[in-house]
Amino acid sequence: MIETQNLTKYFDDFRAVDSVTLKVEPGEVLAMLGPNGAGKTTTVRMMTSILPPTSGSATIAGYDVIQNPEMVRAHVGVLTEQHGLYERMKGLEYLDFFGQIYRIDKPTRQKRARQLMERFGLGDVLDKRMGEYSKGMKQKLALVRAMLHNPPVLLLDEPTSAMDPQSAKQVRDAIIELRRDERTFMITTHNLTEAQLLADRIVIIRHGRIIANGTIDQLSQQIVGEPLMELRVNGEINGLHNDLANMVRVDNHGLNWVQYRTPEPNSTNPQVLKKCVELGIEVVTLSQVTKTLEDIYLQVVEEDEVQERKSKSQ
Amino acid sequence: MTTTEAQSLYSSNRGAGASWQTTLSNALVITRREVQDSFRDWRIIIPIMVLTFFFPFLAQFTAGRISGFLTQYGAEYIGEQFIPFFLMVVGFFPISISLVIALETFVGEKERRSLEPLLSTPLTNTELYVGKTLAAMIPPLTASFGGMTFYLITLYWRGAIWQPPLMLVIQMFILTIVQALVMVAGAVVVSSQTTSARAANLLASFIIVPMTMIVNVESVIIFLAPDGQSQYGIFALWWIALGMVVAAILLLRVGNSIFNREELLGRAIDSLNILGILKKIWRYIHAVDDDGTRAQDPLDWYRRAVPYSLRKMKAPVLVTIAVFIVYFAVGYYIGQLDGYRLPLDSDVITVDNITTGGFGGLSEEQAVFFIFMQNSRVLLLALVFAAISFGVATYIIVPSVFVILGYLASQLIPAGYSTLLVAAVIPHGIVEIPMIILGAAVAFRLGSIVTKPPKGQTVGHAWMIAWGDTIKIAVGVILPMLIIAALLETYVTFPILRSVMQSLN
Repeated sequence: MIETQNLTKYFDDFRAVDSVTLKVEPGEVLAMLGPNGAGKTTTVRMMTSILPPTSGSATIAGYDVIQNPEMVRAHVGVLTEQHGLYERMKGLEYLDFFGQIYRIDKPTRQKRARQLMERFGLGDVLDKRMGEYSKGMKQKLALVRAMLHNPPVLLLDEPTSAMDPQSAKQVRDAIIELRRDERTFMITTHNLTEAQLLADRIVIIRHGRIIANGTIDQLSQQIVGEPLMELRVNGEINGLHNDLANMVRVDNHGLNWVQYRTPEPNSTNPQVLKKCVELGIEVVTLSQVTKTLEDIYLQVVEEDEVQERKSKSQ
Repeated sequence: MTTTEAQSLYSSNRGAGASWQTTLSNALVITRREVQDSFRDWRIIIPIMVLTFFFPFLAQFTAGRISGFLTQYGAEYIGEQFIPFFLMVVGFFPISISLVIALETFVGEKERRSLEPLLSTPLTNTELYVGKTLAAMIPPLTASFGGMTFYLITLYWRGAIWQPPLMLVIQMFILTIVQALVMVAGAVVVSSQTTSARAANLLASFIIVPMTMIVNVESVIIFLAPDGQSQYGIFALWWIALGMVVAAILLLRVGNSIFNREELLGRAIDSLNILGILKKIWRYIHAVDDDGTRAQDPLDWYRRAVPYSLRKMKAPVLVTIAVFIVYFAVGYYIGQLDGYRLPLDSDVITVDNITTGGFGGLSEEQAVFFIFMQNSRVLLLALVFAAISFGVATYIIVPSVFVILGYLASQLIPAGYSTLLVAAVIPHGIVEIPMIILGAAVAFRLGSIVTKPPKGQTVGHAWMIAWGDTIKIAVGVILPMLIIAALLETYVTFPILRSVMQSLN
């Protein structure tokens, strides 16, 4: 659905996007993360044929972004960073205007506009001028605009940034529902919790370059390493960490806890528990210390920074 | 949600290729929304209402009073001409709003960030541009035509002493349309170069000031033109209308080139990096291609860089030759007209005349310098004016030489002085004429490239490359060849001419 090959964009001598190669399958949700100015928006603009790439290629919904820009834009729904609504227009009028641009016949576009507005809780403000909308309502309407022509690919920039928790959930639910239709999503966001909730795959981009690409588990494994387990006991550990050292890699320990890493928790953990029983140590809890996407993200970005400093100093 | 499958509802109306009907149909979607939006804004509605109804009434009343007052002193004609003058003013005032609307629809959208959702739709750049241009013109032109019609109706109703000729009224309507078009097209160019309405308004003075000057000239013409009462309209005003049509076409072309997604979204801040621009031009002067690959040494520069730029001049050179042939023919034609023929008898052209008339008392070295400077000055002037007139000025400044040549040919050849003409032109002309053609072509290209930059290049980028080509060709070819031409003219043409003259005498 989305396929890019070495997509590169220069603005004069500044390289905004550097050889981005991506593949997003139908029904997949990809979250693109990265610091401000990393090249996320430029990548999205190239994918929507708004900006021509300096080199490389991209195919969206089967259409080439250079050869078929109009068809690419016809098959993509874009939620831009700034919603850019016309304040003097009414919500329904606005959607009707975009429906006309997409040349959707009148009954269909009117029916669809109403349905979508109601779906996102905007049923009460159909005929209100958008100047009277709250920030969250404006964002929801912009999202409806992006979905109006039922595009198979949706590129959403910060889809829930201005929304209250209830509205944000509505949007997340909609995304989950829509992906069932084999629809492809690419979300650029700074909200890592949301990315973790929605995305099948994460791409981290920095200085226009992809520095990490994979599922959260893959990235966690790749970046943070083997799963980290924490064992808490009743009383003191009494040298338990030394006894476990020949079974697992002990990372850290305290008065009543031990943290260790193992590639195979399913087979190792029962043995650890058995050892505790043998030693007469009462186990309170044994659980995996989950690494959040935030940890992964920060680590990836920091490592890239270090790498960059090193290569600069050489 | 009713969606069952991810299939876009978009239905393209383009088919195999976009026709103008498709473009217009898609553009009108934008126009309708924008016009509707404009008519919801009281800041636009109130001035339009005042200018449509109140101002024409006031203008008609004032015209009547002035006309009556001047009649008392025997200046009926001046008094009568106030009527078409006010008709023009009534038409012009509302269209000045088109500038405001155009700035608002282009740069205002950019400022409010509402342009990007539009750019994300399947509409082409041209459809967006045409839609917005029409949107900027329709409300002011409606007011303008409404005001002019109201003015004429009240004029008729009050039984004014003088009714303007129909063609003059038509002229006023035509001038109003082309003025609106020039202002809107100019506003688009201004808007695309700025990111804020404030900056756009400041730059808009480059449109409103010349336009006001044109209206002043038109006013003077209305009062002073000898054909002010002609049933064919005022001749000078037809020329102004034609000039404005040319300006509008050129500005529309520039606007259409500039109004593309990359230009609109690529410009983040209004800054002018003169040093950066100069550095880039410097790079292209040395470059052997449009990517800026530097020539290795002066020989490589002559071997690869200069020919690369010369190859781009094929089309401009052909256009220039065609224009020059036309000018030569015009000169020749003028020479055929009664009253323009020279009395060519043997005592007019003598060796003494050639000697004193040729160098004007200068030494040969000074003559070489003078001839070189004269040719260079004309080409430089053409270049400067071409750069700010989309290339048009090139064909106003340079070709006068060809009119003169045509005229001389028309006089000398029938009088049996063909040898003289050949002797006076060919020895140095063989070098000088191609250089003038090349120089004019280079200037034309520099000015006109902004109206249609090569594919894949932005206007700014194309312009900088064109400056590089221009300087490359000027320094590498034209200036050295003009020095040679000046040397030939002084040391070869004049001696040959002298001997030809001696044989004639």
